[in-house]
Amino acid sequence: MSKSIKNISIASHENMQMDGIQKLGIALGLLGLFIMILALFNVSFPNKGIWLTGSIVAIFAGIVVYANRTYLNQPKGIKNNGVWHRDFTNKGSWAWMVGIILTAFYIVLYWFPQYLGLNETGGNSTGIVGFFDPLSYILNGKAASQWFVYGTLYTIAILGLGYKFILKYRHNKYQLVRTISVMFFQLGFAFLIPEILEKLNPEKAYFAKDLKNMWPLNYYFFNDWHLKAMLEGGNLGMFMLIFGVAMIFIISPILTYFYGKRWYCSWVCGCGGLAETAGDSFRHLSSKTDIAWKIERWMIHSVLVFSFVMTIAVIFTFLSNNPEMSFITRDQFIWGIIAFLVVFTAALYIFKRKDLDTDAVYTMLSLVAIIIISLLINYFSGNQNILFIDSNSLREWYGFAIGAAFSGVVGVGFYPIMGNRVWCRFGCPMAAILGLQQRLFSKFRITTNGGQCISCGNCSTYCEMGIDVRSYAEKGENIVRSSCVGCGICAAVCPRGVLKLENDTPAGRINSNDILLGNDVDLMDLINQK
Amino acid sequence: MENIVIIGNGIAGVTLARHIRKKSDSKITIVSSETEFFFSRTALMYVFMGHMKFEHTQSYENDFWKKNKIDLVQGMVTAVVPSAKEIVLSNNEKISYDKLVLATGSKPNKYGWPGQDLQGVTGLYHKQDLEALENWAPSTKRAVIVGGGLIGIELAEMLRSRDIQVTFLVREQSFWSGVLPFGESQMINRHILEHHIDLRLDTNLVEILSDEKGHARAVVTDKGETIACEIVGLTAGVSPNIDFLKDSGVELGKGVKVNRFLETNIKDIYAIGDCAEQHEAIDFRRPIEAVWYTGRMMGEVLAQTLTGTPTPYKPGHWFNSAKFLDIEYQTYGWVWTVPKENEGHFYWEHASGKKAIRISFDKTNRTFLGINTFGIRMRHQFFDTVLTNKETVDYVIANLKKANFDPEFYTSYNAEIQKQFSSQFVAVKTI
Repeated sequence: MSKSIKNISIASHENMQMDGIQKLGIALGLLGLFIMILALFNVSFPNKGIWLTGSIVAIFAGIVVYANRTYLNQPKGIKNNGVWHRDFTNKGSWAWMVGIILTAFYIVLYWFPQYLGLNETGGNSTGIVGFFDPLSYILNGKAASQWFVYGTLYTIAILGLGYKFILKYRHNKYQLVRTISVMFFQLGFAFLIPEILEKLNPEKAYFAKDLKNMWPLNYYFFNDWHLKAMLEGGNLGMFMLIFGVAMIFIISPILTYFYGKRWYCSWVCGCGGLAETAGDSFRHLSSKTDIAWKIERWMIHSVLVFSFVMTIAVIFTFLSNNPEMSFITRDQFIWGIIAFLVVFTAALYIFKRKDLDTDAVYTMLSLVAIIIISLLINYFSGNQNILFIDSNSLREWYGFAIGAAFSGVVGVGFYPIMGNRVWCRFGCPMAAILGLQQRLFSKFRITTNGGQCISCGNCSTYCEMGIDVRSYAEKGENIVRSSCVGCGICAAVCPRGVLKLENDTPAGRINSNDILLGNDVDLMDLINQK
Repeated sequence: MENIVIIGNGIAGVTLARHIRKKSDSKITIVSSETEFFFSRTALMYVFMGHMKFEHTQSYENDFWKKNKIDLVQGMVTAVVPSAKEIVLSNNEKISYDKLVLATGSKPNKYGWPGQDLQGVTGLYHKQDLEALENWAPSTKRAVIVGGGLIGIELAEMLRSRDIQVTFLVREQSFWSGVLPFGESQMINRHILEHHIDLRLDTNLVEILSDEKGHARAVVTDKGETIACEIVGLTAGVSPNIDFLKDSGVELGKGVKVNRFLETNIKDIYAIGDCAEQHEAIDFRRPIEAVWYTGRMMGEVLAQTLTGTPTPYKPGHWFNSAKFLDIEYQTYGWVWTVPKENEGHFYWEHASGKKAIRISFDKTNRTFLGINTFGIRMRHQFFDTVLTNKETVDYVIANLKKANFDPEFYTSYNAEIQKQFSSQFVAVKTI
């Protein structure tokens, strides 16, 4: 949209002020964070456990006080007053400060954990990592790592701000159920269960124990060290390996067929969970321009190709170096992949040619690129060198550029500036694959309610994935887009009840009308049937 | 190449231009004095409330018009000269046309109240009204809104979003009671009060008082009360914006008189949208329909005529929607405030007082005639089919699940509604 028309609404919002109780809530929450910051700067607290508990309780209490005061003393309904007036939610100086702090935190977390107090030589950690030791001992029996600190903070954010989200959308049961789901999966599957499993299997090498964190979002699933750890990880390791593969090839396709990719992206996924709860205040900042959509297609599919090639390369190397650990050879593996992708892509082209939109075409081209690169790998690679690049360094580059820099630093650090789904929209290879299936093999769509759209633009504005929902709704078309994560906010903010997320028969799901319902029936037939 | 000039870039004019472009290469020019680009008028309130920025109200990116070779001219049309087939702008520039379409929309009604042109007094229709409100809002403690309809309650919601006190003067005994039956109207009255809006029913504006600088300072009501305020919102309906046509020879009533083909009395001049007035009303519709959807539909239809397929304006079944603060409203078919002689009304209201439906049906043969629904979304397609097939009220009651358009997991009230309906309107079957 244009910047040429000056926004006239930014000047006057003098009448909207926080009241005392809201301020108290904010103060409590900041106090909790402040205790953690003190710990970060190596203030040594006498009873770490009590102080840690205190700071976490203060954060939760602050959020609860603030959210209750903000939402419970007014009638249920959409609560977007002042979103574009407030500095914090309209890319003002507070937004930039928070963005910079988050970005800095991620940089330190990934590359300089010693500044968080991590003792890399094996001794006692200090700083905020050491501060979390008491909780870590309770849950997994070991001293805290920077990842434990991160996981705990992440979970606190989803639980606390999930509570706020629930109050904000308490009139909308879809939002209620969905948010409880992401809170549950974060707390149980991503946080508690893996930590406790870790405690029960202390002697085994680390492998991922978060059942829902599937490849390719979990990009290291097929890395040699991880495969080895799972294969040598006893029953649990074997289970994680089999379940992980089943997720990719069986569970996910079935669920996506019935419910669209939302079953993962806005109900289960941890990245999505944080975006929907902590990131809710920034969902409107995603760009809706055509240019942004073009960039989105290029970036997400580049990452898709990168992640496939990286994975194929590391498996190739793994099979080359450890033929005894597998029942297939590397040749069988690579030809298997190629055969699978060729059949899959050809079937797509033959049966779905007519339904392919630009997004789907790009995904198909990505698959073709992967096939070609795989062929080249087979002919031009040694055990370790994949297309003259060391597979380890390919893996490391992926981990650095995509796993850390894109999904973490940019993905979350830039929430207050670019919206809450930057990673999901521009980077996540998982989202790209699920998106292709959603577009072509799924019952899910957002139905437009006949001719009721008034083109107001609330749906597009609040779409975190940057989909111009209105451009479909005002033409009476259903919305069947690869990128839609099914958060349901477009349907919630619509003032005229025009949008509904539905799973229904795939036939006639993608429609396109020239004349909208409500007009002369003969005319509609005449125009739409030609 | 044919040269089509459209005056007005609202939903009617812009829909027309888009649909002409789909079928023809004619030169298309849209003239507007309000804004350079099309925006959704219905969304102005959300800009004031901070839900959106103004740019979000624009459906098309700014290069859309150039890409589709639709010329945009910003200017105020002061006269139409059919003899020379040209229009005149306020800067005396002339634009000639082969076909001219009047799509100039409405302007807020002012009924000659003393003080109606003071500073601080505005309707809510144009973008300029919004700009004026932005200027006045920071120094406003109380606003008075005159006129109990859709725009009035929107303006009240807007001002409340900035913590401005609002007094809402409604001429009728109950909110929008010319359209809403008693039960629904009472429900909205209660909801208005819940939002801390000072609702004054059965109260008229007498006069707006001025301060020494020519800015409104208070209103006087017919109850003899003087209410201090800094903003006065005049939202007592709209009427066609046609003053510039007075000397054009185009036949005017309240609006621009058109036949079913949307043609005026002068060849090659057409009128669509809010400003058009049918010689004879279509079924139960009003001769002038100042509604978003009808403007769009007229645009869709006239585009066919102008591209070689003469097509009369034959709107399908009536539908409309609105949102009263937090309560959504949809209507399909006709529901009158008081049932006509042959009509029965079934009214259900949820205990929360925020959800309700009313179904109107023919008592003699039980044909479904229309529905008002509040706080429950319904499917346009379903009711359009029901009305076309002349299904019975019993069919609708039995198929409420199919009709429902609420988001997933929403509580269903179908059983409750069905139970009440059968106790009221279904006789016990005897053998």
